[in-house]
Amino acid sequence: MALAKLKSDATEARLAGLTLPDGAAWSNAARADAWERVRRMGLPTKRDEYWKYTDPTTLTAPDATEAALFHHDEGPLFDAVDRLKIVFVDGLFDADASDDLSAEGVEIARLADAMATDIHWAKDLYGVLEARAQKPVERTLAALNTAMATDGVVIRVTGKASRPINLIYLHKDVTSDAVLHNLVKVEQGAEVTLLETGPAAARFSNSLEVEVADGGAFHHVRAQGRDHERRAVTHCFASIGAKSSFKSFTLTFNGVLTRNECVLEILGDEAVAHVAGACVGDGGDFHHDDTVFITHDAVNCESRQVFKKVLRNGATGVFQGKILVKEGAQKTDGYQISQSLLLDEDSQFLAKPELEIYADDVACSHGSTSGAIDETALFYLRSRGVHTDDARNLLTLAFLAEALEEIENEELADELRDRLEGWLARHS
Amino acid sequence: MLEIKNLQVALEDEDKQILKGVDLKIEPGKVHAIMGPNGSGKSTLSYVLSGKDGYEVTGGEAALEGADLLDMEPEERAAAGLFLAFQYPVEIPGVGNMTFLRTAVNAQRKSRGEEELSAGDFLKEVRAKAKSLKIDAEMLKRPVNVGFSGGEKKRNEILQMAMLEPKMCILDETDSGLDVDAMKLVAEGVNALRSEGRSFLVITHYQRLLDHIQPDVVHIMADGRIVKTGGPELALEVENNGYADILAEVA
Repeated sequence: MALAKLKSDATEARLAGLTLPDGAAWSNAARADAWERVRRMGLPTKRDEYWKYTDPTTLTAPDATEAALFHHDEGPLFDAVDRLKIVFVDGLFDADASDDLSAEGVEIARLADAMATDIHWAKDLYGVLEARAQKPVERTLAALNTAMATDGVVIRVTGKASRPINLIYLHKDVTSDAVLHNLVKVEQGAEVTLLETGPAAARFSNSLEVEVADGGAFHHVRAQGRDHERRAVTHCFASIGAKSSFKSFTLTFNGVLTRNECVLEILGDEAVAHVAGACVGDGGDFHHDDTVFITHDAVNCESRQVFKKVLRNGATGVFQGKILVKEGAQKTDGYQISQSLLLDEDSQFLAKPELEIYADDVACSHGSTSGAIDETALFYLRSRGVHTDDARNLLTLAFLAEALEEIENEELADELRDRLEGWLARHS
Repeated sequence: MLEIKNLQVALEDEDKQILKGVDLKIEPGKVHAIMGPNGSGKSTLSYVLSGKDGYEVTGGEAALEGADLLDMEPEERAAAGLFLAFQYPVEIPGVGNMTFLRTAVNAQRKSRGEEELSAGDFLKEVRAKAKSLKIDAEMLKRPVNVGFSGGEKKRNEILQMAMLEPKMCILDETDSGLDVDAMKLVAEGVNALRSEGRSFLVITHYQRLLDHIQPDVVHIMADGRIVKTGGPELALEVENNGYADILAEVA
């Protein structure tokens, strides 16, 4: 069927100036396939059901909208953590600022190098999970990322990684339009922690494809930087094997537009998949969207979605979360909660929780709430001498606590909590 | 210490007068008790003094050591030395009890221009005071009042009082929901805090709490006014005869 005019116009306009990067035969084929997916599906417009609450226009436009750099005096995140640093400036790998791409238990290469190699394991992962995730909902921006990604890393985890890998995304150019694509292949019984930090670019498209083999563990902690005017669309695709664990947490400060999509397939029995997020937004131009799709296709698996948003001064939060339990995925334990704390009457939270279940022996629950600060608790704190703003911030942090508890590493969680405290103090 | 003159208070949302002219003067170091039937305005008095929203002062005044209380924010009243032990202590999920206590103690110290307590000193002090109230480390770690029994909540109120060392303590029906042993423990905690510079206002329905916390002065409150004032024997009179006789006598 031909695409609607609005859609085909947007798609053609976007693709007009683009040329596919060149690499090895397999990678050229992967890019060409993705390009075809983009043309067939068309880029999203605000008429798409899946983009009902978030206007994708600035994400699909040929050029990135300018985003002023945001200067602040906070040091780099996770500075005290012993980690392997891989730095990208406006979407380009910065070898000088990065550590040696080697650590015990992992093999790391630049995406461009992997894509130029004739025989590489990345062939079986690059664009593969993305292509599979195009049903039942089209994610054309992810296909566009697969076609066009210029940089990124491919990580093969063969044992217990000796230290976390931190992808650091710096933003220095006000018009930068970055497209990064990262692959992580966690082999049987292997374990790794991936950190992603920083604002990245004026406009950022980021894809992460993760394959967790049986008994593997993937921990992901991400902090999307504080630049007020940046825009980002991110996709995290994961296939999750038996008795393995996938845990992803994202903290978002500010940003004009953020759409974080997370698509998980649980394919092996007794696996665990958790995805959580906390965001804080101040101002009418703040828009933050978490879109999650978790498919249970194995027995005895557990999934959790925990999303909390603090919205003030006209900020908007969106949550679209789905749990699909396929036929035969018995003993599934699925949990989903999305909550917003609205600090004034101008802010809004739009939530679309969905469950689709084809197995009869499962326990799935979901809940969604919007509320204001608890005035009774506020008075209680004030009556003990805590100043109103501090009391509000304490209660706001308490509201976010359940999401932050999803981070297993206490050191990382504490640092993010400190950053949140700082943000709240500055914005109260 | 606390001086209330002709205090008149109405509910903000509805046109209903709750306090109709309360006069009360509490000297430093003294323990006053207010007794009275349900709906007489006892709890309203405690809320208005601590600055809760929803009440409108339509007349009169209230001063703590000469400073106008009614003009202050709740946190300013706390820093000035006022403390209300809540009838229904509030549960705050996500805020650890210890964090809460330290934040409160240091906020008050800061307001008074004092140095904040170091983490070590604070810990030492809170542990010692918690121990005497039989509050264990587990309770200190848990979120404020979440999952606490009625008795634990009240003991937690007294712990806050002990840490904040206020000058004027108001106890709003601290005995409600307590069994005899819990009440004794709470009363011991209160008695340990009695000192020359600290006054108490104990609000209660029943005389039994006053067996453990011996008041200097007892007031009977009815229909928004203090209708009778006397010594501890007045509480016994209520215990034996109920309020009906006293109310009939002053009517």
